[in-house]
Amino acid sequence: MPDLSGISIPDIKKLDETFGKVALIGGVYNNHIALEKACQTALANGCEAIFCLGDLGGFGPSPNKVFPVLEKYAVRCIQGNYEESLAKRLEDCGCGYTHPRDNHYAQLSYDYTNRNLTEENRARLSAFPRQIQFRLGSRTVHLCHGSPRRINEFLWETTTSDGFLRATADAIGCDILCCTHSGLQWSREFTPGKWIVNVGVVGRPSNDGERDVWYAELAEGALQPEIRFVRVAYDWKGLVQEMTDENLPAEFIETIRSGWWTTCLEILPGKERMKGKY
Amino acid sequence: MSSFPLAPLWYLETLWFQVSGTLCNLECNHCLVSANPRNKTHAMMTLEEVSSILREANELGVREYYFTGGEPFLNRDMLAILEETLKYGPANVLTNGTFIDERVAQKLRVLYDSSRYSLELRISLDGTTEETNDPIRGKGSFTRILRGIRNLATVGINPVITVTEAAPELERKGKEGREEFYALVRSLGIDRPRMKVLSLFHIGEEEGRSCGYKKHESLEGLHLNTDELLKLQCTTSRMMTHEGAYVCPILVNDPAGRMGMSLRDTLKPFSLDRGACYTCYAFGVTCRT
Repeated sequence: MPDLSGISIPDIKKLDETFGKVALIGGVYNNHIALEKACQTALANGCEAIFCLGDLGGFGPSPNKVFPVLEKYAVRCIQGNYEESLAKRLEDCGCGYTHPRDNHYAQLSYDYTNRNLTEENRARLSAFPRQIQFRLGSRTVHLCHGSPRRINEFLWETTTSDGFLRATADAIGCDILCCTHSGLQWSREFTPGKWIVNVGVVGRPSNDGERDVWYAELAEGALQPEIRFVRVAYDWKGLVQEMTDENLPAEFIETIRSGWWTTCLEILPGKERMKGKY
Repeated sequence: MSSFPLAPLWYLETLWFQVSGTLCNLECNHCLVSANPRNKTHAMMTLEEVSSILREANELGVREYYFTGGEPFLNRDMLAILEETLKYGPANVLTNGTFIDERVAQKLRVLYDSSRYSLELRISLDGTTEETNDPIRGKGSFTRILRGIRNLATVGINPVITVTEAAPELERKGKEGREEFYALVRSLGIDRPRMKVLSLFHIGEEEGRSCGYKKHESLEGLHLNTDELLKLQCTTSRMMTHEGAYVCPILVNDPAGRMGMSLRDTLKPFSLDRGACYTCYAFGVTCRT
């Protein structure tokens, strides 16, 4: 049997640490205000470490503002497709959208981040590992951005088969597989004793008409791990002001203000699309 | 000696089924597999046949399943096949929509609700009016296709409209032409219209329309890097028909596209030496949604 996992094992950094409770933060999209609030919440909730699963930039204002927050809370990051593109100085974010309108807005936000990022911060994100594994009690947790095989693969709840997840978890040897990229949080026990957690994003709301954003907390449990999605209410008005000051597209600001996605919609599977407004 | 790039199978993400063979109630003048009411090159697949392949695919870690033909709903077991598929993963059906009457739409809605996985219907349309669609897809097809879309809208399913570049609106007006399709779909009661545009392959019926591939439309002598290879659907998908296992949904009538009898026979690289390979490479085509 040929290896059909598509996974590059050297991309995985294995940490020699065991945790009891961690916070997992997905796409930040320059939303430094929500990032700080999520980190404060995670510490208050007793998390021993905070991880970020990539995509620091895009969408929001002033891409350098997230770095002091990451430093202050000792957040450990892996690369998302944004970091990969910025590190290689590529011309686009590699988000993997399929529709011209979605790509138009993706390009606007990538160009903005690429233009405003300092060289010092570009060097920082270039040094992030691509995937991380660590122990949570007796279980192995694997962090990736899109999927272990592709940095910009969208793992939606309704289009990710258990067969695929089983084969993936076997190939990388993990019990809890964690990702972000799609922007919507969900989790499932896909085979007895193995879980998938899409940790969601703190960069923008989850297309449900609420302004709050989400991250995930994992805790070691006796029979099974405790997987909890944590709602983060933050100063969205402050973010709207900054986005307005930076002349970012009205469509992006509308999403922060209303909680509904206005762009990047075509990539949503039917069921997820029908839950949104647009 | 000529040399063509090899496309490795990176992973098996998408599995296709030619579920109704090459049988179709329509006879579109650009059909890349020349499906029509008389073409029996590929036979219908049975529920048992599909079930057995699904079990194998699930073990291999396939993420999603696609059904095409011919017209999938000519297969009498189609709803049962979808029910079985949705136990394993998301299902996508490429249909002309003409068999989606109220009863079928309601049954699809039941399947849609009963699975945790996504069920997507992709309906082919090649014009926003009878005058532009019917010369391509056949007399009277526009009205019947629209009825199918409306029936899905009535039960709350939002199909993806698939339009080929042969559609006069796209050929003549480009981006503006897209908006005309969106407006049409909105008028049928779908407020979040979805659409996929497909490039044309100069094979099957389209070979007659566009005179096939020219000599320079070839990947001969090219070296493709990993990123370029990963954009080709043959590095992440395969096609099963009643006749055997094929590299992709495009090359089912090309003996070179056949890789063996079973899915496991296809777990190997493919030489990109067909004219259609040039279209996939040059236009970044994927048959996935």
